[in-house]
Amino acid sequence: MPDIELQYFAQLQDEAGRGHERRQTPAPTAAALYDELRNVYGFALAPACMRVAINAAFAPWDQPLREGDHVAFIPPVTGG
Amino acid sequence: MNDFIMADAPMDTSALRRALLVPQAGGFCSFEGWVRQANEGRAVCGIDYSAFVPLALTEGQRILLEAKQRFAICRVTAMHRTGYLPIGETAVWIGVAAAHRDAAFSACRYIIDEIKQRVPIWKHEHYASGETGWVPCHTR
Repeated sequence: MPDIELQYFAQLQDEAGRGHERRQTPAPTAAALYDELRNVYGFALAPACMRVAINAAFAPWDQPLREGDHVAFIPPVTGG
Repeated sequence: MNDFIMADAPMDTSALRRALLVPQAGGFCSFEGWVRQANEGRAVCGIDYSAFVPLALTEGQRILLEAKQRFAICRVTAMHRTGYLPIGETAVWIGVAAAHRDAAFSACRYIIDEIKQRVPIWKHEHYASGETGWVPCHTR
């Protein structure tokens, strides 16, 4: 199972109780990984209102995960 | 050089403006976003801005490149803050120099609208009541 580096922001960071973690996951895609983490942490945000960044670049939710990928789920942004 | 700046401390915006003063520019337009004392009817004492900085920099720079392609502008700089900002502090600064005013106004408007929709930055509001909250999203 690939080892993934996760980084959490905003509401997700509060809900996970951490900003970073490394996790071995059977999830083949970012979408499947978010579902897995939702079961663990009870994330309230639906993926439909978020984006995902893999290795600090926006990526499609169905992009296959590879060993060592850095994954960040992006809650609705509120800068400005 | 990166024209989109993520700053964890206040910046001298007059210096940012001076860097845009080029001989081919005949107009300059800027927008500043400030921390306001109330949001959605609640008294606010400050906002803690957090960001995914590496992605904020690349997405912010992409927005500035789009603005250069869409509008006849000479130079542009944008700066967004992270950290805790009290009321009145500048959270975002955008400056655009162009030969003519129409492009400067249009580019400035385009850039702030796109930053608010696309750049991974989040507001954590601190209320006068002592509570805090993530701003759910914004459409304005």
